[in-house]
Amino acid sequence: MSTLLGAFFASPTVQTALVVGTVVALVTAVVGVFTITRGQSFAGHALADMGAVGGSGAFLLGISQLWGFVLAGVVSAIVMESIGTRRLAGRDVATGVVFGAGMGLTALFLALDTLTAGSSNAAVAVLFGSLFSIDTRLIPVVVLLGIVTLAIVGATWRWLTLETLDRDLASARGVPVRLTGILFLIALALAVQLSSLSIGAILSTALLIGPAATALLFTRRLGVATALSAAIGIAQVWIGCLVAFASFEWFGGKSWPVSFTIVAAVFLTYVAARVTRAALPLVSRTAVA
Amino acid sequence: MFAPYLLTAWLSGTVVAVVAGVVGFFVVLRGNTFFAHAVPHGAFAGAAGAVLIGVNPLLGLGTFAAAGAAGIVLLGRRARHDVVTALTLVTMLALGALFLSGSREYAAEVFALLFGQILGVAPGQIATMIVLGVVCLGIVAVVARPLLLASVLPSLAAARGVRVGAIDLIFALVIAAATTVSVPVVGALLMFALLVGPPAAAQILSRTPGQGLALSLGLTLVTVWSAIALSVSTDLPIGFFATAIGALLYAAAQVLSRARRRGR
Repeated sequence: MSTLLGAFFASPTVQTALVVGTVVALVTAVVGVFTITRGQSFAGHALADMGAVGGSGAFLLGISQLWGFVLAGVVSAIVMESIGTRRLAGRDVATGVVFGAGMGLTALFLALDTLTAGSSNAAVAVLFGSLFSIDTRLIPVVVLLGIVTLAIVGATWRWLTLETLDRDLASARGVPVRLTGILFLIALALAVQLSSLSIGAILSTALLIGPAATALLFTRRLGVATALSAAIGIAQVWIGCLVAFASFEWFGGKSWPVSFTIVAAVFLTYVAARVTRAALPLVSRTAVA
Repeated sequence: MFAPYLLTAWLSGTVVAVVAGVVGFFVVLRGNTFFAHAVPHGAFAGAAGAVLIGVNPLLGLGTFAAAGAAGIVLLGRRARHDVVTALTLVTMLALGALFLSGSREYAAEVFALLFGQILGVAPGQIATMIVLGVVCLGIVAVVARPLLLASVLPSLAAARGVRVGAIDLIFALVIAAATTVSVPVVGALLMFALLVGPPAAAQILSRTPGQGLALSLGLTLVTVWSAIALSVSTDLPIGFFATAIGALLYAAAQVLSRARRRGR
């Protein structure tokens, strides 16, 4: 076991994966608590996949895919929020329409990419990107985007908590609710873009929703939930990396994809938390997740 | 445009549009958009698994669609629906990543399942599609009245003796069946767009459920037919045209209903 751990921490791939994974898990877990409480999980997932539009479009124009990602995310966040209605079901329909149109554009860009440049792997790469094949040049950008996202959440914390819990009350107390909504959706877009860029859209949604949902099963206080969610998310990334790394030896050279091991950890933790929660009759059953 | 080799495309497109128009009407009414995204998207992992162990991909697709749909409904009973949907979706996709890592040259086929290959439908597939499509519509017709009530006013439906939980599960399985019909033909992306775009536009414009259902069916057919025509004549992917037309219909419906409200 100790030789395995030694090899694990000595590997430069793992070191990069752990640094990026920790940043991503921290940022998405914090944003995730608000995403779930506000009922915007679908928007979070849609924005992660929207990265494919920007990525494939930027490839077509020959500009950096990174800026394509960020731009597509922020623009779709603004469009979603401006169509968005107050009713949850209506908002999901608006998200779905924007999302569908975005995926259609991706199909167009990819077809044009194939015609002009002969590469069609962008969508697959966006969907299934791997924590173990990160470009090290991305690390500073990921850290920077993570700091910007956390700064937005931190700067609007009081508005955001009040607006999340009671929109009418927030409005009455002078909080600019529309601005808060848009700022939050932009923070959400940045968080999921930076993670889908570095680790793939699947893992991005998993880390956005899973740790926060688990944390919200046990506490209703947003501050506590944020801290708990960040701790759970980081632990899941590390465990997932370790299992994926060790599986290389278990299966004689055919390792499990790291996206799979982390998502498995996320899903199993959530199910275990649900079971534990059901077995605790004393806690009030009014949790939001 | 109506060359013999395109007849299967027109026929399969029409079958998909009819199923999507009817099922999509209820999807939008119930606000099940995320669900309608998750089931087709997650189910393609099942097809990848089926290819890996060497069975018919349709079987894997159907199994994953049904298991995912049932899982979301059952897990979602005591928790937030969107959270459970997201977690089930990513778990299915992660299994897909696991299956794909087993085989190397699969990217092209994944691409086809995501974005569709309507021009490549074999005539033999159409019979299977029509049978599954008829089953879907049959189930919707049988449960139409309780489904409508349970979608609009769940608590009244429960008071009237409708078993809302059972209806939820049946409708989830209908979406799974509709997915199995459509994904091999039009791809997960297009299926989702058809289930949401045209029906949402129809919903905005209509006042009664009957009107909404008819309009949803009509708009979906128009969307699919014009998407096929444009795709054939420009050689660009059908998914782009279908989603763009769907989004334009939705935007037009929003503008129209705002103008109507202001006029009153």
